[in-house]
Amino acid sequence: MWVYQKKLQYPVKVARPNPALARVIISQFGGPDGEMGAATRYLSQRFSAPNDEMKGILTDIGTEELAHIEMVCSLIYQLTRNLSIDEIKKSGFDTYFVDHTTGLYPADASGNPFTAATLQSTGDPITDLNEDLAAEQKARLTYDNILRLADDPDVRDVIKFLRAREIVHYQRFGEANHTDLSRFYPLWAAAYRGYLRHNSVFQNAGMTANPEKSNTFFGIFQNT
Amino acid sequence: MAENNESKEVLLHRLQVCGFILVELNEYLDSHPEDQDALRCFEKHRAMYEEAAEAYTKRYGPVTILDHAATQGNKWRWVEGPWPWETEKEGM
Repeated sequence: MWVYQKKLQYPVKVARPNPALARVIISQFGGPDGEMGAATRYLSQRFSAPNDEMKGILTDIGTEELAHIEMVCSLIYQLTRNLSIDEIKKSGFDTYFVDHTTGLYPADASGNPFTAATLQSTGDPITDLNEDLAAEQKARLTYDNILRLADDPDVRDVIKFLRAREIVHYQRFGEANHTDLSRFYPLWAAAYRGYLRHNSVFQNAGMTANPEKSNTFFGIFQNT
Repeated sequence: MAENNESKEVLLHRLQVCGFILVELNEYLDSHPEDQDALRCFEKHRAMYEEAAEAYTKRYGPVTILDHAATQGNKWRWVEGPWPWETEKEGM
C-alpha cells in the first residue's frame, strides 16, 4: 500500500526549455539504469528477502525510487514546455516527438522502451543485494554522465541530489549485505566473506583463521 | 514556528526538508535500529514535519488525502493544481 504525497522529494524548477537535454535525461526514467528499473527491482526483490532488515531496506529504498521517477519526469516535463516546431527539429527531439509528442514515455536515451530485461530478481538474497549495489553505481555513473552533458544550473542541482542518493543507497545495501544471510549461501563462501560473524560457532574460524597456517578455516568447508 | 504569513514556497520547502530528513533517517535506522542519536533526530523532525504539514495544509490544500479534514470548506480540493511537476501558473 502506498499513499501519494502531493509534493516532490526535492524541488524541480527549470526556467529554460532544452529538449536535447530532456532526451538525455530520459534514460534515468526508462533506461537500463534508470529510476523505474530501480523501483521495479527493489519492490520485486523484497518478497524473497530472508530477514526483516532486508525487507525494510528494499521497501523503503524502492519507495524513494518512486519519488525519483517523479523528479526525473518533472525535469523532462519542464525541459520540453512551450517548444516551437523549429526548436523540436533543430534539437533532435523530433524523433521522440513523432511518437510521443511531449508525453512522458519510459525509454532510454536512444529511444528503446523500458524493459525489465536489464534487472534481476533472483530469489537469492546475496545475488539480489550485489545486483542492487551494482545498480546504484550504474545509476550514479549515468548521473555523472548527465552532469558532463548538462550546463543548466537548475538541472544540475536536481541531478546532483539524485546522484547523492545513489551513493547513500549503495551504503545501505552494503550494510544489508553484511547481515547474517549465511543459511542462504554456501558455507565456504559465507565464511570467507565474513557473513558468519554473528554466528559464534564459526566466528573465530571464519573471521580470523589464516588458511596458510591452520586447518580450521578449511575444516568448515569439509562439512558442507 | 510556522507563522500565518509565510509563503507557499517557504512552507513547502520546510515540508520537503523535514520530509527528506525523515526518509534519510528511515533508511539509516533500518540498518541501525538502536542508534539513539538517530532515533532522537527522527522524533525531532517527525514533530517538525507535522507542524509544517499542518501549516501548509491549512493554507494551500492537502498533501495527502488524509489531510483533507484540515483543509477548509465543504469542497474536495485534492485535484486542484498546481501539481508537483508544474510551476505555479500552469494549474488548470
